[in-house]
Amino acid sequence: MLDIFKFFNKPKNSKDVAKERLKLVLIHDRANVSPQFLEMVKSEIIKVINNYMDIDESELDIQLTRTKSEDGERIVPALVANIPIKSVKNSGK
Amino acid sequence: MSEVIVITSGKGGVGKTTSTANIGTGLALMGKKVVLVDTDIGLRNLDVVLGLENRIVYDLVDVVEGFCRVKQALIKDKRYDGLYLLPAAQTREKTAVNPKQMIKLCDELREEFDYIIIDCPAGIEQGFKNAIAGADKAIVITTPEVSAVRDADRIIGLLESNELSNPKLIINRVRMDMVKRGDMMSIDDIIDILAIDLIGVVPDDEKIVVSTNRGEPAVTDNKSLAGQAYRNITRRILGEQVPIMDLQSEEGFVFKLKKLFGLKSS
Ligand SMILES: Nc1ncnc2c1ncn2[C@@H]1O[C@H](COP(=O)(O)OP(=O)(O)OP(=O)(O)O)[C@@H](O)[C@H]1O
Ligand SMILES: [Mg+2]
Repeated sequence: MLDIFKFFNKPKNSKDVAKERLKLVLIHDRANVSPQFLEMVKSEIIKVINNYMDIDESELDIQLTRTKSEDGERIVPALVANIPIKSVKNSGK
Repeated sequence: MSEVIVITSGKGGVGKTTSTANIGTGLALMGKKVVLVDTDIGLRNLDVVLGLENRIVYDLVDVVEGFCRVKQALIKDKRYDGLYLLPAAQTREKTAVNPKQMIKLCDELREEFDYIIIDCPAGIEQGFKNAIAGADKAIVITTPEVSAVRDADRIIGLLESNELSNPKLIINRVRMDMVKRGDMMSIDDIIDILAIDLIGVVPDDEKIVVSTNRGEPAVTDNKSLAGQAYRNITRRILGEQVPIMDLQSEEGFVFKLKKLFGLKSS
């Protein structure tokens, strides 16, 4: 099955590979250029989550990184957040 | 009205010095009074690319330290009217100069020259900060390679956060044969990614090596394709509308001739 799929999938030009890799690496680079960027994302996330649960804001860790895609074929950018929860609010029920 | 333009790239070896020499000489050939400032302290090269290495007496560091006057350090190119070089110091470090001193120097040079073109060192440290300090405009050089484009993107971000917004892009060392077979990013690919205005495309051209050997910038060579590209860039800097050179058709010329004579191209 997989082999047939690959057979019909023309090998990519090296310039397409280059372009794809560049786009991904730049998503990461550009976010790092402005340190305010992640801080903004972080404070917005805290605001939303605070409606539903108590979280440990000092331990909150959020990073822009890369990970394997679902099909395992590509590397995709990912926003990874580690948010320690202290307790879940009841009002949400 | 004089203009201070910094030529920068992030990545090393992509053609900053070559571009500075060619654009500067091109502007002088168009009747402008131009000074080229080499800020690559410790690794000076602009003097040899221009063929002026034997005439250096004082340098940039001597000037900012007040050891000599600016006029004493300027080397006049005898071949091209209006072209001058302010060489970098070879035995000092980038930290021998600071951004404040560069702003002062640029302002002093504005009084004498139409164009002050600054050759920036590779990197994003002190040398880069010095080079951009006194500039009004920036030209970013890249080649069609992943690492060079990535570094160009970083430099564009840094220029913008230093109030040098709207930098212009030169794509250097383009090989149309490789672009055609899909093994080199095209001009459109790169513009798409960097999202800045293009001011020129320079083909990979062995005439650049020959002209550097001789110390005579390719822009003065009417037969060089890279020289033509730099002449076009010069005119765009002067505000003329010049279409981007169609490298494809230059390459295709031989092919068309073959067709004309009924030869099959292999
Ligand atoms: N269009 C071109 N075709 C062929 N060779 C080129 C071209 N442009 C530059 N080169 C060659 O590439 C080399 C590096 O060029 P150059 O010194 O201008 O780069 P640079 O960006 O100033 O480098 P550095 O970062 O070390 O200062 C030189 O040997 C030069 O001759
Ligand atoms: Mg150089």
